[in-house]
Amino acid sequence: MSTTAELLKGAAELFPDEVVTSAHVRHLDLPFGAGRFALITLDNGFDHTKPTTFGPGSLANLNAAVDQVEKEAAEGAIVGVGVTGKPFIFAVGADLKGVEILKKHEDALAIGKSGHEVFKRLAALAVPTFAYYNGAAMGGGVEVGLHCSYRTVSKAIPAFSLPEVFLGLVPGWGGCALLPNLIGAERAVSVIIENSLNQNRQLKGKQVFELGIADAIFEGADFLEQSLIWTANVLKGDVTVERPEVDRGEAWDQAVAKGRFIADSKVHGAAPAAYRALDIIEAAKDGDLQAGFDAEDKALADLIMGGELRSGIYAFNLVQKRAKRPAGAPDKSLARPVTKVGVVGAGLMASQLALLFLRRLEVPVVLTDIDQERVDKGVGYVHAEIDKLLAKSRINQDKANRLKGLVSGVLDKAEGFSDADFIIEAVFEEIGVKQQVFAEVEAVAPAHAILATNTSSLSVSEMASKLKHPERVVGFHFFNPVAILPLLEIVRGEQTDDAALATAFGVARKLKKTAVLVKDAPAFVVNRILTRFMGEIQNVIDEGTPVEVAEKAVEPLGLPMSPLVLLELVGPAIGLHVSETLNRAFPERFTVSENLAAVVKAGKRGFYVYDSGKPELDPEVAALLKQGDVVLTEEQTRARVLDAVAQEIGLMLQEGVVAEAQDIDLCLITGAGWPFHLGGITPYLDREGVSERVNGKKFLAQGVASVPA
Amino acid sequence: MPRTVRDVVFVDGVRTPFGKAGPKGIYHETRADDLVVKAIRELLRRNPALDPKKIDEVAIAATTQIGDQGLTLGRTAGILAGLPQSVPGYSIDRMCAGALTAVTSVAGSIAFGAYDAVIAGGVEHMGRHPMGEGVDPNPRFVSEKLVDESALFMGMTAENLHDRYPHITKQRADEYAVRSQEKAAKAYANGKIQQDLVPISVRNTNAEVGETGWGLVTADEPMRPGTTLESLASLKTPFRVHGNVTAGNAAGLNDGATASIIASEEFARENGLPVKMRLVSYAFAGVEPEVMGYGPIPATEKALAKAGLSIEDINLFEINEAFAVQVLSFLDHYGIADDDARVNQYGGAIAFGHPLASSGVRLMTQLARQFEEQPEVRYGLTTMCVGFGMGATVIWENPHHKDAGGSK
Repeated sequence: MSTTAELLKGAAELFPDEVVTSAHVRHLDLPFGAGRFALITLDNGFDHTKPTTFGPGSLANLNAAVDQVEKEAAEGAIVGVGVTGKPFIFAVGADLKGVEILKKHEDALAIGKSGHEVFKRLAALAVPTFAYYNGAAMGGGVEVGLHCSYRTVSKAIPAFSLPEVFLGLVPGWGGCALLPNLIGAERAVSVIIENSLNQNRQLKGKQVFELGIADAIFEGADFLEQSLIWTANVLKGDVTVERPEVDRGEAWDQAVAKGRFIADSKVHGAAPAAYRALDIIEAAKDGDLQAGFDAEDKALADLIMGGELRSGIYAFNLVQKRAKRPAGAPDKSLARPVTKVGVVGAGLMASQLALLFLRRLEVPVVLTDIDQERVDKGVGYVHAEIDKLLAKSRINQDKANRLKGLVSGVLDKAEGFSDADFIIEAVFEEIGVKQQVFAEVEAVAPAHAILATNTSSLSVSEMASKLKHPERVVGFHFFNPVAILPLLEIVRGEQTDDAALATAFGVARKLKKTAVLVKDAPAFVVNRILTRFMGEIQNVIDEGTPVEVAEKAVEPLGLPMSPLVLLELVGPAIGLHVSETLNRAFPERFTVSENLAAVVKAGKRGFYVYDSGKPELDPEVAALLKQGDVVLTEEQTRARVLDAVAQEIGLMLQEGVVAEAQDIDLCLITGAGWPFHLGGITPYLDREGVSERVNGKKFLAQGVASVPA
Repeated sequence: MPRTVRDVVFVDGVRTPFGKAGPKGIYHETRADDLVVKAIRELLRRNPALDPKKIDEVAIAATTQIGDQGLTLGRTAGILAGLPQSVPGYSIDRMCAGALTAVTSVAGSIAFGAYDAVIAGGVEHMGRHPMGEGVDPNPRFVSEKLVDESALFMGMTAENLHDRYPHITKQRADEYAVRSQEKAAKAYANGKIQQDLVPISVRNTNAEVGETGWGLVTADEPMRPGTTLESLASLKTPFRVHGNVTAGNAAGLNDGATASIIASEEFARENGLPVKMRLVSYAFAGVEPEVMGYGPIPATEKALAKAGLSIEDINLFEINEAFAVQVLSFLDHYGIADDDARVNQYGGAIAFGHPLASSGVRLMTQLARQFEEQPEVRYGLTTMCVGFGMGATVIWENPHHKDAGGSK
């Protein structure tokens, strides 16, 4: 037994639940008499819905397959070796579950090393090796192919990536060292760093070929046949593979510098993975692959034992798994069909909602408002957006015609809503107005219709309280921009029944939104946390800390934008309004900033001007600010802000606003764009010691988003 | 409006290697539609001069048109093969003569002027779709004695043919079968067959069958080179106790697909496409269903008559070997020796296999190769028997012959 086999056996014992991938070796005669060929098929025995992954048992199987073909190659029994996958899937890399359970640095190191050892043996065979990327290929799947002499890719491939940096790892089975040496540093940086940090952007088959990762591209219909014919031609010398010379000069350094710039702009140094990957790419310039592999092993082990990766995997699982099975949602079978949607209001928010319902549900959507002009404007907005989609070829003319035919606007609610199953209001945020609207709607809507409110801060229960049937009112809180942010807070009022709730979750699923069940508590989840967060920043500023210090203080968190830029996006007036609401509910923790009130009163849209291209404090705003004389450092500011957030989340969990801390994190990731490496926020608060300092305990049990005990 | 009948030509034909039907067969985990799709794609790759947009029709035959052989295969296979959406397609069925009928149907339309260039072929995955799957014969066939009960069972109809021609003995049938295997093996050795085969990737997930994972099929699975009279003598006669028909002197149950390009001669020449055979005439005929193997004789009579030719004018024969007895009855009828060199030069279905509705184009592809090699031959024919008592014959002219295209 080789040492690699022993290493893998030990690793496999740590991970008994691995879905083990087989590495089938099958022999075939290549066309044109090119000779006997061994083709390895990676297959975990399930269909494409359970993609093939690599855990230690899987690597051991591949290792055994390499034992076999190594012997055959040495004996001259075969002229080449190929690797391909089951239908639609090549291999999607390391099994993350196997990474989550690792507790010791040495075990993490062993996983990295053994992957390298197995893949390197493929590269060292006495015959040429070929990878046929037939379907989805990610991470270690891509890397096994990078160790081969040649690669082909299917034009039909939907997803190809090295997503490690996105999760908090580095491509550590050869990706960082091999890819820049194959396609040059600039392209490698774009695949490893830029795509990963851009919401894990995937490559399609054509791009894989154009980037030079694959030497040939074939259509999906007979991809494997054409790959094998191509293989025969390569082996016979009838096809020569030419790859452009890699620029090992300044271009390499520039690419790495560009990668650092991208990483800085995305994570502001807050997550180590991208930087570790760039270090290895930088060092790979000399072409010393083994040194690169060793550096990968080390980086992999360090990152696996670090908090950012665990947070990343935690966040990934929240978005991939928890988001699909919302905690506390009633049984699906209780949901009522929704065949027509009513929207009360025809303003911008209402129009955006109308467009979303229209596109996803493809049922009639009717807008109402108080005068014809507003109604026409709302419908006009939807039509214009449909035309934009058409112009961008996102939909065809038939679909555009269909969607336009489905949207209408009327003044008379009775006419519009008498056969609507789901009616959502997006009128002015004022409880009296909303109660009035729902009373009017109830008078004309069918008995089974769900009444939904897009309120961001008013009480759903109070809104429903004056209705004959308050049990059908549900909160349906979207986040701006509605088309982009996935989160939908579904609010259960005191009297909301299961049927209404189930219908709301059913609609959310069709809208392709991430629905989280939230108690009817002031400002629900995201706005409450963001308001506390922003409020504390504002407090610090009001007390005397310079704006730029306060802003810089939270940069290390790697949030999508600075607090004051976010305030500008939300609108200072709305920010002020929400802070007033929360101040009424929790005056001891939520303040209303006089400075913010002054900015709103002055009609300013934000704190900054952008005349120089960069945000600079608007002198008019600066003149309005009345600051105290307590000047905090960045560190002090950060501690105060994080303490406030930890306290607020602790209280929300006590109040039962959501089922678990996981839902808070899911909300922040999908509703506020908070980064994966923070795991939303609670894993970060736990690992930085904030939770214990403030609440006396961690939010999450050891191992949930951290190295297990 | 004045109308001119146009000459129709066979441009090119390919096929998948044929497999043995059943759980151990090479195509057990391969879809039927994928087989024909891959054949069509290879055909297009081999003929880059044919602009796919100019294809007027895709006619694909299958006997059992359900599942992966259903859904109007000609249309769906066209889309799956990547043909432009503007290219229409349909399915066709005349059991064993499916692909042959696909060719004649589109040929008729080309002659009429409805099409310029067409893809015609067939597929049968007898492993996924065993003969008789889902059939529901009208009870009147039996109650009114419209056909003999044996008519639905092809092996029995072959035994019936032995009854009708007692001089065609099992010995003669076996001798014929041995020669078919020998000729096929020789054709393989000389590379005559492989040049028109499309390699097919196949998956096997059953370790009991053999190596698992993806493999590549580049040769016919059913062939049994080295078959001897002795080895055939011991085989069972499954259709009748002490009968004559065995697995050795009949084609097996097989999986495979074929595809061809049929075009007007004018279109082919204008577009720089090869002209491998020129269509002379075709005919179909019916006989008593219980002796369906006799069908090629009246069909050939009709086709010869329409062409104004006699059997002496035909110097190459591609006869589908559903059963040796059926070939021998044809040869006897025309006084051709069992081992006549003009007949099935590359061997036949007894060796290669007979995936029902696909076989017609295999005969044509092989005849086209023989025309190329033997320019001295002016006329050849492809013929086959068809279930429920039919025969089908197509007569072709060799464009490489010095007098080709002229009057006889």
